[in-house]
Amino acid sequence: MTTITPQNPNPNLSPPAEIQISPINWVMKNLLTPWYNALITFIIVGIFCYAGYGFCVWAFTEAQWTVIPANLHLFGAGRYPSEEYWRLWVLLSIIVIFSGISWGIVARNVTHLFSRNVLIGLAIAALISFILPIPLLYKLAIIGLLILLSLAAWGGQKIGAKMPGLGQYIAINWFLVYLIGLWLIGGGLGLEEVTTSKWGGLMLTVLMATISIALCFPIGVIFALGRQSNLPVVKLFSVLYIEIIRGIPLIAILFMGQVMIPLFLPEGMRPDRVLRAIIGLTLFSSAYLAENIRGGLQAIPRGQTEAAKALGLNPPLTVSFIVMPQAIKAVIPAIVGQFISLFQDTTLLSIVGVEEFLGISRSVLANPNFLGRSSEVLLFNALGFWVFCYAMSTGSKYIEKRLNVEH
Amino acid sequence: MTVKEQGIPLWRDDRFWKVALQILAVLVVIAIFTLLGYNLNVNMQQVGIEFGFDFLQSQASFAIGEDLTNYDPSDPVAGSYARVMFAGLINTLRVVVVGLILTTIVGITAGVASFSDNWLLQKISQVYVEIARNIPILVQLLFWYLAVFSKLPRPEDRLSFLGMFYASKRGLYLPWPGEVGRFSICAAVLIVGAIAAFFVWRSRVKAIVIKGESGQNQSMILWVITAISVLILLFGLGWQFPHEPTEIGEIEGGLRLTLEISALLVGLIIYTGAFISEIVRAGIQSVARGQWEASKALGLKSNLTMRLVVFPQALRVIIPPLNSQYQNLAKNSSLALAIAYPDIYSVSNTTFNQTGRPIEVMILIMTTYLLMNMVISLSMNQLNRSVQLRER
Amino acid sequence: MWCVMTMRKFSAFLLTAAIAASLAACATPPESSSDGEGEGSSSSTASRLDAVKERGTLNCGVDGGIPGFSYVDESGDYSGLDVDVCKAVAAAVLGDADKVEYRRLDSTERFTAVSGGEVDMLSRNTTWTISRDTEVGMEFAPTTFYDGQGMMVREASGLKELKDFDGKTVCVEAGTTTELNLTDKMRKAGVTPEIKTFQQADPAYAAYEEELCDGFTSDKSQLVARRSTLSKPEDHIVLDVTMSKEPLGPLTVNNDSAWFDVVKWVTYGLIEAEELGITSKNVEEMKSSEDPTIKRFLGAEGDLGTGLGLENDFMVKVISSVGNYGEIYERNLGQESKFKLDRGLNALWTEGGLLYAPPFR
Repeated sequence: MTTITPQNPNPNLSPPAEIQISPINWVMKNLLTPWYNALITFIIVGIFCYAGYGFCVWAFTEAQWTVIPANLHLFGAGRYPSEEYWRLWVLLSIIVIFSGISWGIVARNVTHLFSRNVLIGLAIAALISFILPIPLLYKLAIIGLLILLSLAAWGGQKIGAKMPGLGQYIAINWFLVYLIGLWLIGGGLGLEEVTTSKWGGLMLTVLMATISIALCFPIGVIFALGRQSNLPVVKLFSVLYIEIIRGIPLIAILFMGQVMIPLFLPEGMRPDRVLRAIIGLTLFSSAYLAENIRGGLQAIPRGQTEAAKALGLNPPLTVSFIVMPQAIKAVIPAIVGQFISLFQDTTLLSIVGVEEFLGISRSVLANPNFLGRSSEVLLFNALGFWVFCYAMSTGSKYIEKRLNVEH
Repeated sequence: MTVKEQGIPLWRDDRFWKVALQILAVLVVIAIFTLLGYNLNVNMQQVGIEFGFDFLQSQASFAIGEDLTNYDPSDPVAGSYARVMFAGLINTLRVVVVGLILTTIVGITAGVASFSDNWLLQKISQVYVEIARNIPILVQLLFWYLAVFSKLPRPEDRLSFLGMFYASKRGLYLPWPGEVGRFSICAAVLIVGAIAAFFVWRSRVKAIVIKGESGQNQSMILWVITAISVLILLFGLGWQFPHEPTEIGEIEGGLRLTLEISALLVGLIIYTGAFISEIVRAGIQSVARGQWEASKALGLKSNLTMRLVVFPQALRVIIPPLNSQYQNLAKNSSLALAIAYPDIYSVSNTTFNQTGRPIEVMILIMTTYLLMNMVISLSMNQLNRSVQLRER
Repeated sequence: MWCVMTMRKFSAFLLTAAIAASLAACATPPESSSDGEGEGSSSSTASRLDAVKERGTLNCGVDGGIPGFSYVDESGDYSGLDVDVCKAVAAAVLGDADKVEYRRLDSTERFTAVSGGEVDMLSRNTTWTISRDTEVGMEFAPTTFYDGQGMMVREASGLKELKDFDGKTVCVEAGTTTELNLTDKMRKAGVTPEIKTFQQADPAYAAYEEELCDGFTSDKSQLVARRSTLSKPEDHIVLDVTMSKEPLGPLTVNNDSAWFDVVKWVTYGLIEAEELGITSKNVEEMKSSEDPTIKRFLGAEGDLGTGLGLENDFMVKVISSVGNYGEIYERNLGQESKFKLDRGLNALWTEGGLLYAPPFR
């Protein structure tokens, strides 16, 4: 992930004029020569036809997809009380609007905000929401959200062009959105309170993953610095922490978090179970993040520290203003990778009884009405996770490419 | 202004801070552990449990699904908790060892296939990687177990491939070497042959590259060794094929893999293989184009370029991340408990529940996995050292 | 040139985002814990009874997957015999049967959840055994359901008794007494079946449904209840073998007798109410009954409740919200439910069953 692939040195040059080749030539060249390639091609095509046919027969005749639309609210928000759903929709709209504005502001200098690819993407999203067998209300809501996104992006670009300094506030805004989100989900302060035992589904997955990655950031930085430190005791503790956590399976840590943390706390102090899941994920993830950041720290040339020293900066300032920013920037792709795996790791919470996206699916599968529908539900799960993870990894590759251009 | 002769004040002294920070760190850690330990003690006393590993000697008296260690739940000695956890450990090791070997093969194949000049193969390799690594391992395991292997036909209507492989809800049946004695002799011969082949190959490369000879003799020897090995593999090992009995009943002979271990292995191999494939791809890509061109300019043939120039350099990039993938596979094997395979983690889970000793069992689990990962890490580091550049 | 500029801005944005995220990190824990139970720390000698009163909700560990005992439906509502016991305790302690926070526990985590204080009580069809009472550190309240271990098979399989199970596959839930009994009984029958152990009940029944195992062993009542959730209940039979005694009941943690007494006597109260003929319908009239036993029981006379640290009329609240044991049974398992289980051993001692409450005096 972190390797730099040789790029075309000057991407602005138009590629050499395409030589028109006929499809037959293309097939001959790419699929059929030499002889073993032809063999491989035929074998692959054969297998794919067989498997694809089998899958289609199953998907269109045997599979009973009704289990998905019937439980869509569960997959989305778990056992969240249905009379409070409006709060989630409001939250979703806020997130969409802010994504649109942020997108518009970040891309304020792009001439065509809605380039062909973006339009195609929006159209596909709208089309999919229309095809999906979900209630009409949801379809309309999704399309509404898409329109909201485009409008916000358009507006964001307009505002961004007028006030270029606005870009700095995006992060703070997102932080506010975060707090508002927690308030909307959890309630309190005038809203009906919804306890965490009722949170679930994809909402809980995203929530736990984002909170954990945010929490594990400072811890990861501390342990990365600790491991690089020349103080033997600090280094020893950091190494022990990182290596022990990395050496045991996440499920063991989560189990300890869910079941054993109470044994280590004073009587009466019983943290919330979602909070405990977050603690477990954070402890686990911070050890990996520390290793990633350490990689970045090692990539910073000594000259940087020495120059900072020569300028009279003391060590804490050197670390926080010279070394850390560069180190973190160098490992952004690795951090995104870490986030993707953290996102995937939330599934393990289904084993300890937290009803996140996979956990709620397992509850659905235990429902007498949907027994034996495991293939459909698990495929839906897989698709859901795939969309998120693939989007994130593609995004990170894009960022990586842009970052590489800068050098 | 007068400056004291002692020089810098204490709080500006680096050395003071270094010592102070460390003492602080030690104190904080000790404080945390004392607090946790105290709470634990209070809580345990309240429930009336004493810390200790004596329970390992008592009889477990629960049976486990798969066992290679003669664990006997009805016997007070051969059925102790220690024995059942050992059986679980063996089950884990079985999955981890087989999984590591197969996932390496899958990963390297897919990684190399992404450079294939067959367009279809190249795309399939990419699609495989993008699908497999973007779906959580637990979802994949459950999918393989519940959605694929569980849907196999009943034992009466078992599937059969070429009369050698069978598959049904009872499990997968594969050909397997029969007698242990014969198998070990042949395996020893094969290993000796492989070592010999390795040295012959090295001397052949040396002959070609340094002395400029054709390497014909060594090639001949290599061919002979290969032929003998193939013969031994085919006939020497005494393969036993699973066969259908005359009356309706169990399939006999061969190796039976339960659905649980099959699903676990397939899931782990496919998931980890995708990551390894990416590592291999990135490793090969990391070798600068100039290396290919330079070795071509030196007159090396393309397969020799790959073997002598590109691959050794790629290995340097490949091995460190491979190490962590191997460790991930070992750790992910603990997800066996989601699909009813009795590995060490799932057996321990039952154990602490029957005995009410989560702390002790958790310590055992942590030690086991730490040791397992340490072995993997140490051997990979050893391998890494042998391929790294020796800077002079 | 603009590209360089935006990239700087962009990385600056990412950095600020990271820092903001860490700030958010600092801010989130109180945020998300505030809506959990914020009891703070109390002294370690205090009884759980006080903790429950202070918190205002009862944390009750249930299974959540067994129709008739504890089952959570799509809308998140819990029902069943075990659930009603939780409700009864909540009604007695807090005066409101709905002040219960249910916690689904699987069989392997249940005891640690109790000893860790994760839940105040467990009402999760748990068999009372000596080792659980002593080594595991639990305290068992009276049995609410007398059960026996059985075996469910597909009728078409032709399996009739334990002797037929040689080489067959049996699914069982991990960490249960059934898991232990199974090994013993099969050895006694001289056969060695293959055993698949699942950590949770749901996947175990799913595996049985997928025909991955020939038999499924568990408590008979549970088998009957679970059979009703299978896709074709009529294809499955529960064999006529009883492999063990399974007295199931609620439990609390060791060494907290004030709290244990509450759970114990509320449970006995349900049984006593049936014996006295007090139901949810007539409980208000019964308060003015002439019978001194009933008067004492309902708190109109004497101070039985205060002795437990509860209101004197705690049984009135219990019975008016969940009814007596007979009502609970009929509603969840008996003739009013789809399972139509006979009372059998679970009838009152006056009717040939095993339910017997010590006097409320």
